[in-house]
Amino acid sequence: MNVIETKNLKKIYSQGEIKVNALNDVSINFKQGEFTAIVGPSGSGKTTFLNTLGGLDKPTFGNVMIDNLDITKLKANKIIDFRLRNIGFVFQSYNLIPVLTAKENIEFIMLMQGYSKEKRNKRALELLDAVGLSKESKRRPGQLSGGQQQRVAVARALASKPKFILADEPTANLDSSSTKNLLDIMYDLNRKEKMTFIFSTHDQRVIDRAKRVITLEDGKILSDKIT
Amino acid sequence: MRQIIKIAWRNVWRNKLRSFIVIASMILGLWSGLFSASMMSALNNQRINSAIKSQLSHLQIHHPSFQDNYDIKYQINSLNEVLEALDENKKVASYSSRIVLSGMASTARGATGVKLIGADHINEKNITDIHSHIVKGTYFSGSTSRQAVIGQELAEKLKLDIKKSIYLTFVNENGLQERLKLKVVGIFKSGNSMFDGSHMFAKKDYLDKIFGKKDIIHEVALVSNDINQVKELKDELLVAFPDNEIELWSEISPELGYANEMLSFFLYIFMTIILIALSFGIINTMLMAVLERKRELGVLMSVGLNKSKIFLMIAFETLFISIVSVPLGVLISYITISYFGDVGIDLSIVEEGLEQFGMGARLYTELYLDYYINITLLTFLLTFISSLFPARRALKLEPAVAVRSI
Repeated sequence: MNVIETKNLKKIYSQGEIKVNALNDVSINFKQGEFTAIVGPSGSGKTTFLNTLGGLDKPTFGNVMIDNLDITKLKANKIIDFRLRNIGFVFQSYNLIPVLTAKENIEFIMLMQGYSKEKRNKRALELLDAVGLSKESKRRPGQLSGGQQQRVAVARALASKPKFILADEPTANLDSSSTKNLLDIMYDLNRKEKMTFIFSTHDQRVIDRAKRVITLEDGKILSDKIT
Repeated sequence: MRQIIKIAWRNVWRNKLRSFIVIASMILGLWSGLFSASMMSALNNQRINSAIKSQLSHLQIHHPSFQDNYDIKYQINSLNEVLEALDENKKVASYSSRIVLSGMASTARGATGVKLIGADHINEKNITDIHSHIVKGTYFSGSTSRQAVIGQELAEKLKLDIKKSIYLTFVNENGLQERLKLKVVGIFKSGNSMFDGSHMFAKKDYLDKIFGKKDIIHEVALVSNDINQVKELKDELLVAFPDNEIELWSEISPELGYANEMLSFFLYIFMTIILIALSFGIINTMLMAVLERKRELGVLMSVGLNKSKIFLMIAFETLFISIVSVPLGVLISYITISYFGDVGIDLSIVEEGLEQFGMGARLYTELYLDYYINITLLTFLLTFISSLFPARRALKLEPAVAVRSI
């Protein structure tokens, strides 16, 4: 079953008088439980593609269907609400809220969704346990290592029980041990909970663990391989 | 909402130095504004109180034509009924019935126009405070009837001193000139040099003898138990005695009344200008806070914080700065205003100038409670308005671009 379908996605940026085709007629589907890496050189359109899938960017042309809903047609506040309930994000620079503790960062998403205090507390502790950070629950991001912050970011992305997680270069700032640790956690979640992960990455360690690798170049799909 | 408030509160303290600087500038701005306002208010009130105590009292009753040219034939209508009504009215603390003669005071050294007030000098103490401003001699003494107490300015103008004689020439009821000879027994300095240069007091008994009757009264000056009831008292008396002119202090001396009204309006303008200047400081700080947190705001938008909540978060951050600084600023202002309200500020260096305006050399700061309340509310309002620009700037961020900001 397709979770995401894109049809003829085009994204054109204007840089002064020059028009840049960041995405050029991209049509592709993602199924439930995929563990997909999107690869390609810098400027190939990986981040733009992820942003468009997540509704952070609107395509110039084309559609993004998530569970048969065209999110490109949603209004600004509707798309924010849709993201909140359906999509988890993991960013390259972790991007946790610095004034909240690890646990509060995870709870924040659930709070926005109206979870009760008990449910928030229970799930946040479960997720912290899942990413191996139970003991760090009361620490703020500034008191955590990069790897630990990224694991909190994964836990945060999972908090709202999204349909899929978009991760933009999640291991770019991590050392090998943290990268392995993070990939193990995400791989486990994918295997056990059938959580769909879509990464953009340059990292061969991530590509090696991916079940599907899509290569982008100049905004076009160059290859789409199941490994 | 609780989480938004929690984030906003913690955001305020992320950059402690910057927050402290903004808070300190707000406290200082509020304090300087409120303290200056209290000084202006004190100067104005001192001028009004001085005028009320030395000359105006709260309310005065005259014949409707008397004040046009101080013709002594215009005496108060239905005098006995008026005095009876004043005796019975509980709003009246005290009153003094006066003979008022407008004429020319002269000595061998010079002459000047004056107003002579003839009153029961014991009762007059309840109405005016001239007795407490005697700088030379006494405020009437002994049984001699031809006594006069004159202002220091008048004494200097006519080169007069204690025990010297002063002549008052005035036009009597028949339109003829008449001359009184009085002996100076006391010289007062009320703090209002204009008043001191044009007023003298005499015993009413003596003037009664001159006129040959006791019921000549041109003026009844009265003091109420509560200055806030004076308007009501005036209305009551007007209904009872429509054939007399009954005026409030602010009507007798309209320039003081206007100055009072203008001052309260001016004080708000003055504070608003200070608060607007402070608002720019807040806008600048909050704008910096928004611009340096672009990525974080982008993340919040990405993960599901909608625009109204982003707006609220910025508005709360701004509000929290006010919640910390306004009570402190108002409290510090209140403490200093109260302190200088007790001990006063010595302005003797400009004493002569102040006296020209009827003010003393020691200023006792004061500010009404409603002014504190209104300024507090105004500060919160302006702070909220100040949050709109940075909040709007935050709302314009595109999450996809903002999350990649450095």
